Amino acid sequence: MTTPLLTVENLTLNYRTGGDPVQALRGVSLTARAGEVLGIVGESGCGKSTLAATLMGLAGTNAEITDGAVSFRGENILTAREETRRKLRGKHIAMVFQDPMTAFNPVLTIGAQLVDFQHNSGTPKRQRHSAARDMLDRVGIPDPDICMGRFPHELSGGMRQRAAIAAALLMQPEILIADEPTTALDVTMEAQIIHLLRNLQSDYDGAIIIVTHQLGVIAQLCDRVVVMYAGQVVEEADVDTLFHAPRHPYTKALIACDPASLSIKEKRLPTIGGRPPDLAHPPAGCAFADRCAQVEPICRTAAPPRVEIGPDHIAKCHEAWS
Amino acid sequence: MLNYAIKRIGLAIVILFTVMLSMYAMVFLVPGDPASLALGPRATPALKELLRERMGLDQPVLIQVWSFFRNAATGDLGYDVWSKRPVFDQIMEFFPNTLALGAVALGWALVLGILLGCAAVVWRGTFMDRLLGVLSVGLISIPAFVIAIYALLIFAVWLHWLPAIGAGQPGDIVSQIKAVILPAFALGIGWVGYLARLVRASMLEVMNENHIRTARAFGLPERRIVFRYALRIAIIPTIAILAVGLGSILSSAVFVETVFGRPGIGTLITGAVQKRNYPVVMGTVLFMTAFYLVVVTAADLLIARLDPRIRDVFRG
Amino acid sequence: MSSGANRGIFRSLMRDPMGAFGLILVVAFLIMALAAPWIAPYDPLKISITERFQPPSLAHWAGTDQLGRDLLSRIIFGARTALSIAMTAAGIAGGVGLLLGMIAGYGPRWLDAFLVLMFDSMSSLPMIMFALAVITVVGPGTGTLILVVVLVSIPGYARLIRAQTLSLGSADFILAERVMGASSARILARHLLPNVVGPLVIVLSMDIPVIIMLEAGLSYLNLGVRPPIPSWGNILYDGYTSLRAAPSMVLIAGLPLVLATLGFTFLGEGLRDAIDPKLKVRVPR
Repeated sequence: MTTPLLTVENLTLNYRTGGDPVQALRGVSLTARAGEVLGIVGESGCGKSTLAATLMGLAGTNAEITDGAVSFRGENILTAREETRRKLRGKHIAMVFQDPMTAFNPVLTIGAQLVDFQHNSGTPKRQRHSAARDMLDRVGIPDPDICMGRFPHELSGGMRQRAAIAAALLMQPEILIADEPTTALDVTMEAQIIHLLRNLQSDYDGAIIIVTHQLGVIAQLCDRVVVMYAGQVVEEADVDTLFHAPRHPYTKALIACDPASLSIKEKRLPTIGGRPPDLAHPPAGCAFADRCAQVEPICRTAAPPRVEIGPDHIAKCHEAWS
Repeated sequence: MLNYAIKRIGLAIVILFTVMLSMYAMVFLVPGDPASLALGPRATPALKELLRERMGLDQPVLIQVWSFFRNAATGDLGYDVWSKRPVFDQIMEFFPNTLALGAVALGWALVLGILLGCAAVVWRGTFMDRLLGVLSVGLISIPAFVIAIYALLIFAVWLHWLPAIGAGQPGDIVSQIKAVILPAFALGIGWVGYLARLVRASMLEVMNENHIRTARAFGLPERRIVFRYALRIAIIPTIAILAVGLGSILSSAVFVETVFGRPGIGTLITGAVQKRNYPVVMGTVLFMTAFYLVVVTAADLLIARLDPRIRDVFRG
Repeated sequence: MSSGANRGIFRSLMRDPMGAFGLILVVAFLIMALAAPWIAPYDPLKISITERFQPPSLAHWAGTDQLGRDLLSRIIFGARTALSIAMTAAGIAGGVGLLLGMIAGYGPRWLDAFLVLMFDSMSSLPMIMFALAVITVVGPGTGTLILVVVLVSIPGYARLIRAQTLSLGSADFILAERVMGASSARILARHLLPNVVGPLVIVLSMDIPVIIMLEAGLSYLNLGVRPPIPSWGNILYDGYTSLRAAPSMVLIAGLPLVLATLGFTFLGEGLRDAIDPKLKVRVPR
């Protein structure tokens, strides 16, 4: 087992709203290790994108971190000065955003932006230009020199996402976070991007964190998976264990509902009934209780414990052993 | 785009026509005859008759309206009985001074307004942002001619730094520049506040877009994000406002020009109003309205070319 | 609007230092205007040639003008002139604008198109040019001033009301009323009126400083309020002509204008923030 590069401990974050604050993250803990691909999966609104943004220190002005720590190489970046955090971004922790359509500035060329994005690298401008060109080449963009002079809207969605990945890799960051890297793409593009990420992963020695709601992406790319529900981590396991021996009822339901895992015979797409709880007023017991097939009386009154099922396999459920 | 252009230009022509017609209607609806009003109670009937003839007022009303339109279309705005010169020539003599004043005023207001707007964005949510907000509102509300008089008193009368009166000697560019500084300061200061506010609002909208988050995620300094990434996009709506600004700033130059005794459209028309010199007033109003419509229409078309989304926003 | 809502607006206005400052200034000017005969130390029209161009003193706090009239008294009565013209003009314009806007928004299509063309033509005239044209025709004076302000303000109000009327006109509860057979007048009076009054009040309060400025400006050009009636514009003009003889006069004469326009603008901004933060601000003219 390698040492953790990034550790999140009991991270608790509220969004200030007009009324009661929304508790978007409720005590999230996880680790990302060098040379490993960590997947974070969950429905929309479960807090996975908030988590990704918080790791970058970009949670927004209405977000309030009330507890917990995010440590990069043993140093808590939440309490660091803004200037220190700014210097970490891009160079040590980089991010690929969900929507390639809007991720680039529409009035600057791709090249100008890729050069700008190396602001924290400290290398001279000419070197940055050739670094940008080489990285575009490496992510499989056919004519990198032409691409450098193009405006974002002149590229296809897939090319833009490749450029976004190239941008994130420019300064060889130790941690690469990809927030729904394939969601905005069509199926062919998705396959190509997954293929690209797998190739990059083999000669990359940092940690990759992939945030997605698609189990297929997780299965193809990740070594370890964290399942989130209602602002909490409900299950954590290596990818094989998770798909073959899930312990949390939510994980089981999620796998059952994944279109890719269905057999042809099934006529209807199964869904998880009900809705996630209102995070401005989360329930006292298990947040999944109202939708759970295995619900017991205790689930409604007491918060579920963190159960260690095996090495690296944790489930937050009263019924984890049943 | 072509459809939009035709529609927009057509509308401008219809508006100009309506304006001319209502101005003429106003003259005829008001009791009293322009010639006797202009000459005052002691004028002899013969003199009144002469003036009436010179101004074309002895013709039937419909003929008057028709000839006014026909002449206006060819750039002939009538004849000024007092100075014995065509109205259009007088406008052309004074207009460059007013245009120069308006351009300088808007120019410095634009530079400072954008800087202050960006500063407010960099400092958003802080005390400085609030202070700039209050300052902007204050600058917008204080009348330009009060500022003009104060500036005149302080910088021209007390400190003797700059001339108090005139537009400088013809051909002497230094004296012309000196003469434009105080009026342009007074005229532009309200626009500083207005543009600062506009740029701030427009920037804050852009700052919420995804690509700004990308730039942040690469650790770019906030100042670079504001000036290089957000300002380029936020500046587009400002162009539309600038056009409206140029049209209206030339009219509000009236007061400032009077304070500084600066020859221009403002002094031309106020003098004419005081003398009830109809042809000059009507010609000037018509000219300024036409100029305003041309600038605003041109800006609308430019914006529509730059960004089709804006087209609909600015029509409402 | 219920009194509870009014209290909420008042409270949020006082919490905002800018709004509170504006409210205080406006109340001060209102008191000045209403109680002018009682608080003014002298008759604003009384000429005293022996006391020309007096600097500020205990007897004349703001000094005297070129005819020896007490400047402070003239400024206090000038508040009366400025506010009465502004309120009268804004009131008439608001009323007519309300009516025309509702007719345009609720009436037949052809009438709407005609009125919109009229509003568009009016607002493409640069305000001051239009004012000067009207003054030339009608002749300068207080009545002309009010007429000018009413005419230039109507399109703005009418357009605001028209937009509100149009957006409300398609609302479900209005459709329901119409299906139930309610008359147009009834629908306008019962549902549209209460909904459009809020924005109208904000825009009116934001226009008051513009009117005050226009009145002073035109009076300054000797095309507005006729002397010897005290108007801030006349007073400023008197000060301007005696700039070298008595500079304190022009300095003091400008202050009420600055404070009044600031006060009304801050109050208008505060009201807008308290009632309807999304309402657009106008381009300065």
